[in-house]
Amino acid sequence: MLSLILILFCSLFFTGILIRTKSIASGRKGPGILQPVRDVIRLFKKGSVYSETTSIIFRIAPSVYFASVLMACLVIPFGPYKGIVSFNGDFIFFAYILALGKFFTIISAMDTGSSFEGMGASREALYSMFAEPAFFILIGSFALLTGNTSFYNIFSSLHLGSSITYMLGVLAASVLIMIAMIENSRMPVDDPKTHLELTMIHEVMVLDNSGFDLGLILTAGYIKFAMYGAIISGFFISGFSLPWAISVFILIQALFAVVAGIIESFMARFRMSHNPQFILALSSVSFLIFLGVLLVLEKFV
Amino acid sequence: MNFLTIHNQQSVPFYDIPEMTYREFLDGNSSFIEGDRDRHCVLYFGIKEDVYLRLICCIADDSTHNINISSTSVKLDAILDSFSATNLAFEKFEREIHENFGIAYIDHPWLKPVRYPVNGFDKSAKMSEYPFFNIEGEELHEVGVGPVHAGIIEPGHFRFICNGEQILHLEIQLGYQHRGVEQLFLNKTKLLQRTILAESIAGDSVIGHTTAFSYLFESLGGIAVGREVLIARTIAQELERIAIHTGDLSAICTDVAYQLGSSVFGRLRTPIINFFQEWCGNRLAKGMIRVGYNPYPLTAELIKRLNEVLNAFEPDFSEMGLEISKLPSILSRFERTGMLANEQLASIGTVGMSARMNAVERDIRVSHPYGVFSELDHEPIIKHHGDVYSRVRIRREEVIQSIAYIRRMIAMISEESASYIPSFKLRSNMFSISLTEGWRGEICHAAITGDNGDLIHYKIKDPSFHNWLALALSVRNNEISDFPVSNKSFDLSYCGHDL
Repeated sequence: MLSLILILFCSLFFTGILIRTKSIASGRKGPGILQPVRDVIRLFKKGSVYSETTSIIFRIAPSVYFASVLMACLVIPFGPYKGIVSFNGDFIFFAYILALGKFFTIISAMDTGSSFEGMGASREALYSMFAEPAFFILIGSFALLTGNTSFYNIFSSLHLGSSITYMLGVLAASVLIMIAMIENSRMPVDDPKTHLELTMIHEVMVLDNSGFDLGLILTAGYIKFAMYGAIISGFFISGFSLPWAISVFILIQALFAVVAGIIESFMARFRMSHNPQFILALSSVSFLIFLGVLLVLEKFV
Repeated sequence: MNFLTIHNQQSVPFYDIPEMTYREFLDGNSSFIEGDRDRHCVLYFGIKEDVYLRLICCIADDSTHNINISSTSVKLDAILDSFSATNLAFEKFEREIHENFGIAYIDHPWLKPVRYPVNGFDKSAKMSEYPFFNIEGEELHEVGVGPVHAGIIEPGHFRFICNGEQILHLEIQLGYQHRGVEQLFLNKTKLLQRTILAESIAGDSVIGHTTAFSYLFESLGGIAVGREVLIARTIAQELERIAIHTGDLSAICTDVAYQLGSSVFGRLRTPIINFFQEWCGNRLAKGMIRVGYNPYPLTAELIKRLNEVLNAFEPDFSEMGLEISKLPSILSRFERTGMLANEQLASIGTVGMSARMNAVERDIRVSHPYGVFSELDHEPIIKHHGDVYSRVRIRREEVIQSIAYIRRMIAMISEESASYIPSFKLRSNMFSISLTEGWRGEICHAAITGDNGDLIHYKIKDPSFHNWLALALSVRNNEISDFPVSNKSFDLSYCGHDL
């Protein structure tokens, strides 16, 4: 329960901090931290417009997507506290409930029949496919290290003691940051600010969504960011007492947002054809973590 | 071949233009251009004379600084051999003649409409029935963009034929902005109306088009303007180049999502156009160039301000320019994107910056100098790769070059010119052609006067007229997601093309 509350709380500020960091980096004052939330509230007050060529899929997809993200949040623990749902193998549930939401956004984009959205859908499907092994090798390695298969058990039995386990924690955090950037369609893989349909990935898929539906999709995006932040902080907060753990959690989330903002400010996005290479490289970093775990467990003869 | 040879911005009696049979005209001009890179057609157009069509062809020779003019008369229902069969640079001109007068060409490679003008020959031709090129294939898909765009840009339709993410073919259909500017020049008889019309041809090349217009009218009226006016116009021309190049660099950075470059270049453009505001009261320099005189002389105070603006601009611009030339993520987007070979550029008649990006030397400032450019010993900046990065580097270096020229021109100013409005009348039965180098490239205006000194024909050619095809060819085999940055690096004009 605590983790869900903290994730929802952090999601209120996450995108705001990110946008503010970008504004300051480019010498502008920028909007208030809560502006993304205000935008969403405005959208929730509006009705939606539906194209005549779309079917029921287009109408239910935003709700399915939003629900899938919330469901995924349920399994994430917070330090010594279990998530609302916790069972052996819940990280697989986590990955595929997110995939279900993504599947619905993809078919709803195809449903509109627009050539732009089809293009975006094919890109999104491709990149998620490449990002999947990175996530599973990473979490799988930690499952092997701790001998557990649920998020709660993995995190609570993870004791960062020796220098090699700290290395693993840092590597894992960096892989997860990049996976979060990919899954949330941020730079350097996707550019959320662009107005050019031809270069978009996620934005182009939700071009036809409006009003309440768009509000749901944006909110899901904000929550998703904080959710990945929660997984990252899971690697580091297991040893702290509760007040400290909460402060460190919020600090890590804020730091994550600032890092994401700085990445977006000072580099150009990748050429589309370089994206798969980049995402596959994450899998190889995960594989490095796997080898590190084998080393720690002295499985090497 | 019997040409009438004139200089840039020189007037000649219209009836002095030699007239020949179409066969002589075709062979003579074709062989004149053939094999000589310095010779290119700057204007080829038709004027209706009863049942005949007078075709006038102006070929600029960059090495001799001359423009060679010849003409022919053909019947309106004639079926002709085309120039385009041997020289692709004529392709657009002949399509225009075909569209306006219904002249049929037997061996034109692709005789499709240019812009569907309302006064065109075939009144039934509709934009919605534009004959797009088609490729059938199981794995191919078409992506249509526009004519209404998401950004604040002008209307134009782009149709891509793609294999997955790869562009096989791009066809660009324009004409949505057609306002009948050339006809309006004849309808509006007051000089001020015509000047304002010239300012409105393309909003980003106000100085380029208005100076071309002014030099043309001064030549037709037989008046000479003072040296101070020439210096002020040339300074304005270079300032416009700085402003638009800087703005384009910002937009190119935006298209690759490089926020720092986008905001720094965006900020740097502002003081330059604000200086125009201080100078003449308009940030786009509308109202500044007038025929025969300079309504806003550069006072000592303005010159001091200009120096301040440039001194503040240059270090920041150089620093950011250096930054984008060494940032790996930027280079990976710019290099080898939107490439065109030197032969392609030369054969389709590309002009200006887009030609110079791959060693095709087209720069009116050196080949047909006007204003005070002959005193500046201008050396065009030439690049050799033809990709987005070449276009970025040309912009970077031209801005630095223009700043140096402005500083030299400021030193040339000796006294403030008296501002007086000369009274003049256009000379009758004259032909004149005026070329200027706008930031995009060669801008060409030509006019013919009638018996009582009225305009009977006005013709405009914006650099975008030819360069759009360069864009369409450059994106072949690129990823479709690289199209926006290629497009922005050319930054062509819709309204300048559509007229």
